[in-house]
Amino acid sequence: MVEILDAKTREKLCFLDKVEPQATIAEIKNLFTKTHPQWYPARQSLRLDPKGKSLKDEDVLQKLPVGTTATLYFRDLGAQISWVTVFLTEYAGPLFIYLLFYFRVPFIYGHKYDFTSSRHSVVHLACICHSFHYVKRLLETLFVHRFSHGTMPLRNIFKNCTYYWGFAAWMAYYINHPLYTPPTYGAQQVKLALAIFVICQLGNFSIHMALRDLRPAGSKTRKIPYPTKNPFTWLFLLVSCPNYTYEVGSWIGFAIMTQCLPVALFSLVGFTQMTIWAKGKHRSYLKEFRDYPPLRMPIVPFLL
Amino acid sequence: MGLRWENRTTCLHPPRKRFPKGRAGQGHVQSRCSRWLVLAIAMVRFYMEKGTHRGLYKSIQKTLKFFQTFALLEIVHCLIGIVPTSVLVTGVQVSSRIFMVWLVTHSIKPVQNEESVVLFLVSWTVTEITRYSFYTFSLLDHLPYFIKWARYNFFIILYPVGVAGELLTIYAALPYVKKTGMFSIRLPNKYNVSFDYYYFLLITMASYIPLFPQLYFHMLRQRRKVLHGEVIVEKDD
Repeated sequence: MVEILDAKTREKLCFLDKVEPQATIAEIKNLFTKTHPQWYPARQSLRLDPKGKSLKDEDVLQKLPVGTTATLYFRDLGAQISWVTVFLTEYAGPLFIYLLFYFRVPFIYGHKYDFTSSRHSVVHLACICHSFHYVKRLLETLFVHRFSHGTMPLRNIFKNCTYYWGFAAWMAYYINHPLYTPPTYGAQQVKLALAIFVICQLGNFSIHMALRDLRPAGSKTRKIPYPTKNPFTWLFLLVSCPNYTYEVGSWIGFAIMTQCLPVALFSLVGFTQMTIWAKGKHRSYLKEFRDYPPLRMPIVPFLL
Repeated sequence: MGLRWENRTTCLHPPRKRFPKGRAGQGHVQSRCSRWLVLAIAMVRFYMEKGTHRGLYKSIQKTLKFFQTFALLEIVHCLIGIVPTSVLVTGVQVSSRIFMVWLVTHSIKPVQNEESVVLFLVSWTVTEITRYSFYTFSLLDHLPYFIKWARYNFFIILYPVGVAGELLTIYAALPYVKKTGMFSIRLPNKYNVSFDYYYFLLITMASYIPLFPQLYFHMLRQRRKVLHGEVIVEKDD
């Protein structure tokens, strides 16, 4: 038997009396939704203690430390949205917005510049790189990534889109501006930057593929990632999250290519956020796997 | 180093910050209070001697700037727990004060004799003296009800008055900023960036609209909790 109480008010919300001992939390959530349809499973957090950690969907009832009547506490996580939806929206925005500036759509720059084209080759190259980057991200979201969580809180989409769309517009405004100044060291600088960008894009993609291959379709298993035959994955020897390392590298390349301070600031903010994520991921790896390779740092080899 | 059996009931709430009973806490709080008293006395003396607010800013500006910049330490104090206020709230308050003192009144001279400057100076002074007296007396475990009452009631008038003073001062500064183009970067330049201080000031003024109500209602909730013993269920993360 399972009783579900509200974690904050301790009010009895639901009493399920025909629950098999081998039932999973996911099945209990589905039963709970039947009596409270406004709380679909994705927004339910069930826990053994009102202030404790959420139980996982795969947890089995009889394996939990409960008596004949299990008391579970319910917390509403708020409206949820799928990760795929969030990723597609937050990446489609920059792709589209950058192009608006590239084509100098009216009301952005002065009227005499409407639909004109920049005379600097680096501006065209930058558009190709930026667009390629976001097309790659969209395709990876659709075909490569395997997400642990199905959903996230709805308010995240507003926060994330503001970040991505806002920065894309800010960068695109300057790079495609009629008064844009090309890099100080000319073609040399652009070539070097392009090399960094391409290497890091390939690296980032290789890591995404390697991570996908670690996890069978439809599962949520976690394993230690190791280098494969692909040289780009050898960065796993030195960092836990080389995908983030390569991502920062790509944006540094783009910043050097465009010599645009807003791009550098965007790279810095992204680096800060990815470092936080990498440190968290690194800590989870260390906690979960006793034999985790000691040489690895979270995001920057040997340093961070 | 084996894996420790983890406690299932992880506590999600951060430890409640306590008033530090040490000398560091007491000394810091008392000195903060006396700094603002010094400022208040200087302001009152000036007004009594001169009978006008003109030139008031000029006479106290060195003291004000010195003390206000010291306020950066406040954020550190919150971080290490000497003062029981959240880092974010203090951070916002200190940044806005430093912004007003250095980036507006110091840099934009025509604005220094505006009445609005007096408005926010008075508001800041009274608020800080009340707040730090409250902390001082709490540390000494002898808190007169009046001080507690003042700390949780004065703000009802002082916050809006201070905000009005700040906004009016920024508004008064706008024509000068537009005319001189100060603190601005124009295109074209090597780093392909631009900054317009005039629009920055406009955006800053607009940001008071979401920020001020949040701070104000936060204080009102604190007030209900402390003075009326109401149990308020905070929104969870």
